[in-house]
Amino acid sequence: MSTIDELSFEAAYAELETILEQLESGELPLEDSVALFERGRKLSERCQTLLDKAELRVNQLTGSGDVEPLT
Amino acid sequence: MNYTVAELTEQIRQMFIENYWLQDVTVRGEISNMKRASSGHWYFTLKDDKAQLRGAMWRSSVSLQQYVPENGAQVEAHGYIDLYAPRGEYQLIADFIHPIGIGDLYARFEQLKARLEAEDLFDADRKRPLPAFPTRIGVVTSREAAAFQDVQNVLRRRFPLAEVILSPTAVQGEAAPGQIVAALDRLNQYGKVDVILLIRGGGSIEDLWAFNDEAVARAVAASPIPIISGVGHETDFTIVDFVSDLRAPTPSAAAELATPNIDDLRYSVASAQANLTAILQAQVNGLRDDLDNAQRAMRHLSPVRQIASQRQRIDDWNTRLERVQKVRLITLRERLTSRTAALEAASPQAILARGYAIVTYSASGERVRHAADAQPGEAITVQLHDGDLNARIEDKDTHEHYRRTLF
Repeated sequence: MSTIDELSFEAAYAELETILEQLESGELPLEDSVALFERGRKLSERCQTLLDKAELRVNQLTGSGDVEPLT
Repeated sequence: MNYTVAELTEQIRQMFIENYWLQDVTVRGEISNMKRASSGHWYFTLKDDKAQLRGAMWRSSVSLQQYVPENGAQVEAHGYIDLYAPRGEYQLIADFIHPIGIGDLYARFEQLKARLEAEDLFDADRKRPLPAFPTRIGVVTSREAAAFQDVQNVLRRRFPLAEVILSPTAVQGEAAPGQIVAALDRLNQYGKVDVILLIRGGGSIEDLWAFNDEAVARAVAASPIPIISGVGHETDFTIVDFVSDLRAPTPSAAAELATPNIDDLRYSVASAQANLTAILQAQVNGLRDDLDNAQRAMRHLSPVRQIASQRQRIDDWNTRLERVQKVRLITLRERLTSRTAALEAASPQAILARGYAIVTYSASGERVRHAADAQPGEAITVQLHDGDLNARIEDKDTHEHYRRTLF
């Protein structure tokens, strides 16, 4: 498991779904479920933060293959 | 010969007018400098790559004209050649202009389409799946294009998590096809975009022609990164639309089709969180139920419970016993009643009531059973049902003659 604050939306959401599947299997001891729940909650907060802060970045690819901001 | 400018110009003008061929010409070329004057006349230049010809169409002909040529249009103009003296320019006075090339372009379009289709380049199974989360979106278009702004607006609203990477190119004109191919190539070399939007705003069929170019079509088909095309308006179909992985009706639609909606994402995250809580809650509830069941089972198995249960059983048995006894008592009572009735029927009292009598010796109280034993003069008691008679035997008859006659 990686640091949640560094995860992209896609990665955080994918892990959140995995956690849901694990929990839904219903075969985990309560202690493990609670731990997964905690991580799931943080992941969903990370997703929400990313959605709230998202700002479209617009760059262009130059002839030499570099990416530079487009202003 | 000595002329004024006007005289010479008139001489030259006569040459045009007298030339039968020049008075009924059809000229093919591209319209430029098109000017529709407030007087109702049209002024324009017809050109091709080697020459140009001034032209005019008078209001009387304009009024009959359905097709309004624009700059860049390939047309055929019919009319006559005249000389405009004030400027010393000869010009075509057109009476009819109609577009050409569209038929031509259409034929080329159909040919290319048929050829590429025969190569299976339009097959549905060639279409690559589009990414659900396109974090990097390549855009191939002109940097100044309004369509590019449209795409940015859509993405800002719908999926601002994305990074847009423009690979700039001209989108019309002769250089456009080569530049589009190069722009696609650059994005594929860069390799980090998840999807490419190949877009251009609306325009005439000529404006959109670069998207019917064979090299462009082949570059789109060969692109390892999936491509969404959004060229012109909803009604415009280009060859690129057939080879792209998804055809969007407009540039904005291409941006929409490429991306999830942030509102949907918010909803997904919120419902994932709700599920998370619900699942844990369900597990806790399940465990609590298990615990309750266990406690109930414990109570069930405990001695206290067993004793209570045995007591209950005894109570049950008692109840059953009582019921059985009651039934039996009733039966006995009924039987007793019937026997009593029978007994009473057989009692001496009942017999006496029917008119019989019991005779006893008054002295001993014993029954008089045999006539032979009784002596005349002895005191006897005759017991009837309602009282006794004291009597004395006067005589006796042993009924010997009965015995004789009977036995």
